[in-house]
Amino acid sequence: MWSSLSAAFPRGLLVALVLALAPAGAKTLTVCPSCPVRTLKEAFALAEDGDTVVVDGGHYAEGNLVLDKSIVLLGKNLPVLDGEGKYEILTVKADGVQIRGFEFRGSGVNFIKDQAAVKMVDAEHCVIENNRFVNNFFAIYLEKSRHCMIRNNRIVSNAENENYSGNGIHLWNSFDVDIVGNYVARHRDGIYLEFVRDSRIVNNVSEDHVRYGLHFMFSEDNLFRGNVFRRSGAGVAVMYSKRTRMEENRFEYNWGGASYGLLLKDINDSDIRRNVFFKNTVGIYADGSNRTSVYANDFVQNGYAMRIFANSMGMIFMYNNFLGNTFDVATNSTESYNSYLKNYWDKYEGYDLDKNGIGDVPYRPVSLFSLVVENYPQALVLLHSPLVQFMDRAERIFPVFSPKAIEDDQPFMFRILWSEWKNLPSDTER
Amino acid sequence: MRGAVYKIFKYTLFDLLRSRWLGSYAILVGLMTAGLLYLGDDPTQAAVSVLNLVILVVPLVSLVLGLMYHYANRDFALLVLTQPVPRGSVYWGQLLGLGLSLTGAYLSGVAVPFAAYGALGMGEVDWPTVGMLLFVGAMVTLVFSSLALFVGVSNDERVRALGIAIAVWFVLTFVYDSLLLAFIILAQAYPIDRWVIGISMLNPVDLARVLVLLHLDTAALMGYTGALFRKFLGTGLGTATAVLALVLWTVVPAVLAGRVFARKDF
Amino acid sequence: MVRVEELTKRYGALEALKGVTAEFPAGKVTAVVGPNASGKSTLMKSILGLVVPDGGRVYVLGEPALKNPRVRAKIGYMPQDPRFPENVTVREVIRWIEELRGRPKQDLDELLAYFGLGPHLEQPTRVLSGGTRQKLSAVLAFLFDPEVLILDEPTAGLDPLASSRFKDRVAAERDRGKTVILTSHVMSELEELADRLVFLLEGEVVFAGDLEELRAKTGEERLERAVASLMEAS
Repeated sequence: MWSSLSAAFPRGLLVALVLALAPAGAKTLTVCPSCPVRTLKEAFALAEDGDTVVVDGGHYAEGNLVLDKSIVLLGKNLPVLDGEGKYEILTVKADGVQIRGFEFRGSGVNFIKDQAAVKMVDAEHCVIENNRFVNNFFAIYLEKSRHCMIRNNRIVSNAENENYSGNGIHLWNSFDVDIVGNYVARHRDGIYLEFVRDSRIVNNVSEDHVRYGLHFMFSEDNLFRGNVFRRSGAGVAVMYSKRTRMEENRFEYNWGGASYGLLLKDINDSDIRRNVFFKNTVGIYADGSNRTSVYANDFVQNGYAMRIFANSMGMIFMYNNFLGNTFDVATNSTESYNSYLKNYWDKYEGYDLDKNGIGDVPYRPVSLFSLVVENYPQALVLLHSPLVQFMDRAERIFPVFSPKAIEDDQPFMFRILWSEWKNLPSDTER
Repeated sequence: MRGAVYKIFKYTLFDLLRSRWLGSYAILVGLMTAGLLYLGDDPTQAAVSVLNLVILVVPLVSLVLGLMYHYANRDFALLVLTQPVPRGSVYWGQLLGLGLSLTGAYLSGVAVPFAAYGALGMGEVDWPTVGMLLFVGAMVTLVFSSLALFVGVSNDERVRALGIAIAVWFVLTFVYDSLLLAFIILAQAYPIDRWVIGISMLNPVDLARVLVLLHLDTAALMGYTGALFRKFLGTGLGTATAVLALVLWTVVPAVLAGRVFARKDF
Repeated sequence: MVRVEELTKRYGALEALKGVTAEFPAGKVTAVVGPNASGKSTLMKSILGLVVPDGGRVYVLGEPALKNPRVRAKIGYMPQDPRFPENVTVREVIRWIEELRGRPKQDLDELLAYFGLGPHLEQPTRVLSGGTRQKLSAVLAFLFDPEVLILDEPTAGLDPLASSRFKDRVAAERDRGKTVILTSHVMSELEELADRLVFLLEGEVVFAGDLEELRAKTGEERLERAVASLMEAS
């Protein structure tokens, strides 16, 4: 019957059916050190599509396990699957595989192929949930996969440099994947997406990575929301990607010689809102980023709140709060094709005679000193010098050098409490 | 001799502690710090603002109060100098008394509001940074107290001395940095990182500022622009060099003033 | 006894002392007299160590005094315009000087009573009148019973009663064998107190000797006239 079905239906639908019907005809196999079935390899050979394999405790170092059946893998008492620092631990080449409750340890470093703790190849409807990943090269790797869920995993490695480390969650050529509630630390990139679309990265914590907390390459129509990106080379890097929605994330302590909260490189039509950028060397770094809106974000105590290069065009900066940043905006040109409107700048010293909450004189967020530093980097040694403060103040009163093109002509007088807004005014204004 | 230094120090301190202006200075610093701390919403920002206080107000006040003290107490110095006490003791005792009481006023003015802020649970106080501010402010106070005595001892005319003191302050806070900036701009074509660091080490006000900047994690910001800045200023060696240079700045004017004092006719 | 030899001192272009040699014997009051800028103050301050001479020697009781702070233990000094740390009481000033000099050798209470300073003991010195400050200065000068007293215009600001009590005290100290060096603009006072006179003019000693000698030399009985004639002569 199954074989006739499999001939009659496309594979995806078959898997759906299998999942729906599983309880009825499926069997459960148990693996444990004292059970009749003592290895996963054995269990995989015995199992059929739709079965459940329960692994109860134990430590399994079986080289590279390849699973090509649609089964549910359930770990009880945290069984350990060990790659001994040599192997890819588990390669899945089937749809509908679910993996829960395991500890994956030590997938091997390999410079030719990306060895992972769990690799999904051309898989649909996979679920990887409630596992631990310890000191793996790559931890979770999805290749040409779709409709997957990666949830509540704890993924920690010990990466120290880019060459000897892989990514925590790596998606290549995949779509419709949910990455939710994971903790990822100390990989090269925490979460890496290349040629990925229609996926959601929600409520994860990603920190202490050698390179980036979250990294998009050539990806489209993705959303990340409610994540925390901390202490990495960049919290998030979005490169060569389109229509990325970035909402309600915290980018913090990405602090170092060349560190960024959010690094944008050649991206289009994206949306950045309700995020908090706290203590990053650079809050947002935008190079060649177009038609992207930056609404209602807080920039607090960053070195540079934003570095926006002149090759970024059609960006809109609105309802953002700039608080205690050393520099609010830096740029490499006096030209700008972006608009700055209705932001709160704590360095604004204008007045509001008509008491409408909007300052009556424009604010130019690019300070004279930041222009100087842009051209003469060593001048940074004069930061906070009375001379510099005097210079900046004088420039603010009689602007001569600071670019007219970068001007907020409706600066808010008070901090914008956007977190209390149900809908951003910009939602309707757009 | 050491006993005499201590005695003179004690008398100077005793006199200063009762004087109105020392208390006023402490209260002024306290009010400014408290204002920065309680009116702003962030103690780190307050620390940066206190840094401005350290750079602008502390040197000027130390110079002016140091000179006022010097001239007000010339007669006392005269009385003591006619006692069987070596001149050196009189000088060091007075310098210590002046420097330490000004330092104490500054320290209490800054530390008390921060401590109260922490104790009242109004927010987290970043004590390492505040500690660095206290240290740097204390050093700046000592530097400018000894500069004040140097100017005072070298000039009998107080208006002239005040003019010199204000000129010194202006040069060290504004002119010096202007020249440094001009140098950076004009010599941009050359590898000047080393020079820039060296030149800023020669000015006590710049030293103080850079030390606090390093502590406020701006080292990373500096590293963003130049590898040498990060390598040197971002490390313990950089901090140690800066601290040492600042210590030299307190010692050298003090010793020079002491030599003038030893040969001075009263 | 105090002796200065070949003292020279130059302030820029001004030669304040041009090789002054003089002796101030014990048991005598020696007045140092001369017009303004004659070198009187420089001479006295050189003995005290307040001025560092360019050349020459100073002996106090036979001991070389230049750069020797210990000899000041044997000197009591009243400056022309004594001032004290402003925020300190009279009692505290006295205690400090006691700390610096060691145990007082004369009776403090007796001295305080003698100069009528008792009521001012607890006052801060900034409220004291010029005369009261002068009295405090006198108490400090006598308190340690020094062998040498250097008194620079000591009666300026004293009321007549205090002034006469002061002079009595100086005479008594002299009679006890002390070396007293005195300047004053009041000739009658010098006439009353001085046994000897050193007359300085433009940094040089024009006359040094007993008052009798001076009178004999100038033929003037009154000191004021004698001094005036010295000035005319040179």
